[in-house]
Amino acid sequence: MRAATLLAIGDDDLWSRMFNFENYGELLGLVQNSILAGAVLGIVGGLIGVFVMQRDMAFAVHGISELSFAGAAAALLFGMNVVAGSLAGALVAAIVIGILGSRARDRNSIIGVLMPFGLGLGILFLALYPGRSANKFGLLTGQIISVDDPQLGWLSAISLVVLVSLLLIWRPLSFDSLDADVAAARGVPTRFVSLAFMVLLGLIVAVSVQIIGALLVLALVVTPAAAALRLSASPILVPVLAMVFGFVSAVGGILLAIGGSLPISPYITTISFFIYLVARLVGLRARPRPGLR
Amino acid sequence: MTASTPGHHHPSNPILSLKDAALGFGERVLWNDLTLDVCAGEFLAVLGPNGSGKTSLLKTILGQQSLDSGTIRFDGHPVRRGDRRIGYIPQQKLIPGGTPMRGRDLVALGVNGHRFGLPVSRGAERRQVDNLLESVGASHYADEPVGNLSGGEQQRLRVGQALAGDPRMLLCDEPLLSLDLQHQRGVSELIDRRRREHGTPVVFVTHDVNPVLGMVDRILYLAGGQFREGTPDEVLRSDVLTELYGTPVEVLRTGGRVVVVGIPDSETHHHGHGEAGA
Ligand SMILES: Nc1ncnc2c1ncn2[C@@H]1O[C@H](COP(=O)(O)OP(=O)(O)OP(=O)(O)O)[C@@H](O)[C@H]1O
Ligand SMILES: [Mg+2]
Repeated sequence: MRAATLLAIGDDDLWSRMFNFENYGELLGLVQNSILAGAVLGIVGGLIGVFVMQRDMAFAVHGISELSFAGAAAALLFGMNVVAGSLAGALVAAIVIGILGSRARDRNSIIGVLMPFGLGLGILFLALYPGRSANKFGLLTGQIISVDDPQLGWLSAISLVVLVSLLLIWRPLSFDSLDADVAAARGVPTRFVSLAFMVLLGLIVAVSVQIIGALLVLALVVTPAAAALRLSASPILVPVLAMVFGFVSAVGGILLAIGGSLPISPYITTISFFIYLVARLVGLRARPRPGLR
Repeated sequence: MTASTPGHHHPSNPILSLKDAALGFGERVLWNDLTLDVCAGEFLAVLGPNGSGKTSLLKTILGQQSLDSGTIRFDGHPVRRGDRRIGYIPQQKLIPGGTPMRGRDLVALGVNGHRFGLPVSRGAERRQVDNLLESVGASHYADEPVGNLSGGEQQRLRVGQALAGDPRMLLCDEPLLSLDLQHQRGVSELIDRRRREHGTPVVFVTHDVNPVLGMVDRILYLAGGQFREGTPDEVLRSDVLTELYGTPVEVLRTGGRVVVVGIPDSETHHHGHGEAGA
């Protein structure tokens, strides 16, 4: 009897911690800049994910985000700008991976070596940091609500820069992703293009770390594109769907989360995962097994 | 068997010219003292066992690999990386399923894939892609995802891609690998037609010379750090190949086919039909 009551209270409590739409309009006004940052990130993350999939770089994304985490943690400890630290870590990792790992096998071993090193460094810096613990875990699991407005502005601006740059290098990057040898033979500056891609990836990963946390970056940079690729092979539809899925995951996650008292990342990752699941099911039914003719 | 095409290039002016070229990796010499001219309208087949340096030769022509010594000139100038006047069909890799590209997008990369800027095709470019698709007989599957196409269909698209931009020379690295006989004929005829109609010289790497025997003007045969060069009748001979391999090798000609027997085991090719097809 007692146990049952406790459970019921617990349930109720749990529910209101997860979803709470009281004073929703007011809250919405407070977090509108977060929503904007999330929207831009969702769109750009979905788009760059299409290339991440084609270039087989999911593991690289994870590696870059751990080094971004280390950079952010160092900045926190030494009282510097956390976004700047996060960017620095991500860019260093992205460039090192881009220069040393042009072949997939080399790349994976380099990432495998860098990633625990970065994560370890980050944990060290956090352990040394005397401040509030919410900030600490935010770097790993997401902290958009605690990011202040000027920084949100920066995050949105960086995402927009990545978006525009990606569109401008779209064709040479597609060529290089499909077949680097032929692209080089046909006049694509492949080294420049690959390095530019890594820099853009570093930038967007650093932004994602701020918003959904270093451990969950893949939910915005890989999952939406992976879902889109289950549904289509069209060079136009795939990027468009990936952007829509990224947008829905990020914005949907933030909208659901703001009333409750939990971090936003589980909402985002859950939405993006379910989009992927549905895409897989729909894709299975719609697509005949490859290998016609 | 020389091309009887008028060609818009003077035949005695070599388009590709190697002088005393040498390339090796570490201790290993791939080829040495290689002097070779390829003129307009010529079809040069490059033969040789695995690892003999065929792909490396193409990489050198593409400016992606520099020579240890000697010179290599294309159209009178030292070769450079990314020269769009050279069409290139790579050693075949199958495009994986799920690649977000249709047949026509693969060909379009040859037309404007090197260009930066918003990815919007102009009308003229789209028409050019349509013409290329038509010319390689790929129009009817142009809108299929490339990953769903068979090896032969993909290979036709690659030929179309390589022909974009009107190349002055074509380099083909085993373009017939893993194709069935009908597709082997189809693809090699496409390449040969370009040569006949435009005088575009072709450097054609292959393990098996038979599918292109009727088109070949000259053969460059690489093996064991050495090479032999000449017409098929000069190179595909028992005494010549025996000397090149350093072990007895026999060249048999039966029913218009050339069969090379007795190539040392480690050097026979991996996808043979029980025989080493030259
Ligand atoms: N960049 C490089 N560094 C070191 N060795 C190399 C390099 N490129 C090629 N080689 C070596 O040179 C040799 C010739 O390679 P190449 O790819 O030219 O052979 P191939 O004749 O095309 O063989 P296949 O028939 O298998 O395609 C091989 O032993 C290869 O390992
Ligand atoms: Mg080769």
